[in-house]
Amino acid sequence: MTVENAQQATSDEVMVELRNVNKWYGDFHVLKNINLKVTKGERIIICGPSGCGKSTLIRCMNRLEEHQEGDIIVSGITLDDDLKHIDRVRRDIGMVFQQFNLFPHLTVMENCCLAPIWVQKQPRKEAEAIAMKFLERVQIADQAKKFPGQLSGGQQQRVAIARSLCMNPSIMLFDEPTSALDPEMIKEVLDVMVDLAHEGMTMLCVTHEMGFAKTVANRVLFMDAGEIIEENEPNEFFDNPQSDRTKLFLSQIL
Amino acid sequence: MTVHITTPTPDKAPPASSVGAVGWLRKNLFSSIPNSIFTILGLLLIYNLVPPAINWAFFTADWVGSTKGDCTSEGACWVFVIVRIRQFLFGFYPPSEYWRVITAFSLVGVLVAWLLIERTPKKGVVAAFTVFCYPIIAYFLFYGGSFGLPVVETHKWGGLMLTLILATIGMFCALPIGIILALGRRSSMPIAKSMSVVFIEFWRGVPLITVLFMSSVMLPIFMPETWQFDKLLRALIGIVFFQSAYMAEVVRGGLQAIPRGQYEAAEALGLSYWKTMFFIILPQALKLVIPGIVNTFIALFKDTTLVLIIGLFDLLAVVQAAFADPKWLGFSVEGYVFVASVYWVSCFSMSRYSQHLEKKLHTGHAR
Ligand SMILES: Nc1ncnc2c1ncn2[C@@H]1O[C@H](COP(=O)(O)OP(=O)(O)OP(=O)(O)O)[C@@H](O)[C@H]1O
Ligand SMILES: [Mg+2]
Repeated sequence: MTVENAQQATSDEVMVELRNVNKWYGDFHVLKNINLKVTKGERIIICGPSGCGKSTLIRCMNRLEEHQEGDIIVSGITLDDDLKHIDRVRRDIGMVFQQFNLFPHLTVMENCCLAPIWVQKQPRKEAEAIAMKFLERVQIADQAKKFPGQLSGGQQQRVAIARSLCMNPSIMLFDEPTSALDPEMIKEVLDVMVDLAHEGMTMLCVTHEMGFAKTVANRVLFMDAGEIIEENEPNEFFDNPQSDRTKLFLSQIL
Repeated sequence: MTVHITTPTPDKAPPASSVGAVGWLRKNLFSSIPNSIFTILGLLLIYNLVPPAINWAFFTADWVGSTKGDCTSEGACWVFVIVRIRQFLFGFYPPSEYWRVITAFSLVGVLVAWLLIERTPKKGVVAAFTVFCYPIIAYFLFYGGSFGLPVVETHKWGGLMLTLILATIGMFCALPIGIILALGRRSSMPIAKSMSVVFIEFWRGVPLITVLFMSSVMLPIFMPETWQFDKLLRALIGIVFFQSAYMAEVVRGGLQAIPRGQYEAAEALGLSYWKTMFFIILPQALKLVIPGIVNTFIALFKDTTLVLIIGLFDLLAVVQAAFADPKWLGFSVEGYVFVASVYWVSCFSMSRYSQHLEKKLHTGHAR
């Protein structure tokens, strides 16, 4: 190993590491020997055909799903049955869902402040000020008093992003954040995500938005049938796919 | 190619048959021959029943007097109810202590109004006071035995006062116990789950009458002398357990309607199980099942009349007992109408309030 490489390895803080992770739903082997290292500030795009296990993979990282074999280490904490570990990992990871999953009985502001106040014990005033800052950043501050049901899909998804950011996470997971949106709203959400990427957030994003992948991603992972088939930097990945399955997949979505 | 240029069409008045009283009648009451027949039959029925009933209850009724002899007209004899109203309201509670009952009910009335009316300040403090301090105050007011208040044994409690005590305690306890049971039944912990299932299925499977009989007749036989406690308390526990089993199933229905995404979003934000339930799941689930909750409350309120079979004198029992008074034979209709009106007004108010609540809590999301 050269000196340069060694330095690289120590200065790059590993945020998420998966070692030989396997997961089954009953008899169904949904994740097979997943190995992955995500360093600080890296933006990773995960794509692959429907049902290949993309959601399952990122949901294992904050323990919304439990894996049966292998190790998942997030910010130095190994995910196991210890609830304290799960808790600490979840404080460090924000997640944005395909279906937004805003709390419909709470206003936009309350959605954003609930966890900071009750999980991080921030004083309400402070939490509201921080929430306002993030709502401004996703350009939705004027809707703070509305209920989610009164917003458009794109606006709801931006609120969901702001809600996650209020917890000050160091890693963000996105599970197809734009696939429930009408085409004209996709851009407003992607713009917010591009901003976030430029600020150096560590991001793992399941998406089929190839334009977005090319602008922000450091790496693209292609999954099929529970395995990571191919992994490359975005331009290489799209222009020069290696495996046949990747070629087939790209020919279908492009 | 031709070009069409349309001038704006001026507004026309709607056809006469679709507006106004005539239009409404034609559309809603006389739209077809069977519909017209039903309308006419219904009107006849109303004409034959309602005016005589109103006449009986109000215009030809007797209101003043003190004995049976004062009831001279052919309508209702409300004198019977008025003369005995104290007993109907307080049972055999000593008249010198009525103020205690009135104080206790006024206080809870103010507290509940405070909580229900919008824009009153310090709701949290008032709620905590109602839940933690009021029951103690009410206990000393009703039962006495401290602060210089003489003891009034529970067998002297009766009438509307007893009905309201049974119903309010029943509701205040059945809802939280029902929520805990519903959460237990959906929990992934096998012990909590099976205990909730057994509890719910047991209490739902036995008639309330049986529960009350067991509480008043069987328990004293099986339990050692020193363990015995008040009959009213035993009946109350029976009612609370019985109704909380129903409540649990109502609440569970609401819990099941909450999409999984809500749990996941809360989990991903790091909220604990109880915080997720308290802030996210229960507010939504309970809002969905307000009609079911109020339905159970109304059933509970009316079921309290069953305590008369174990010798507790609730409103209905006190009124029935008054029928046996030789000085006032033959006024059972007035008595029953009085009881029915009290129940109806109470239950109808609950029903209206629940509708108001549903509207108020609607936040514009459709599922
Ligand atoms: N709770 C579950 N129980 C059993 N099987 C499941 C469960 N959740 C997902 N699966 C299966 O696991 C596989 C992977 O699911 P996953 O949701 O991770 O796919 P995905 O790659 O995100 O697909 P999509 O692009 O459609 O979202 C699918 O075949 C799905 O049917
Ligand atoms: Mg998915």
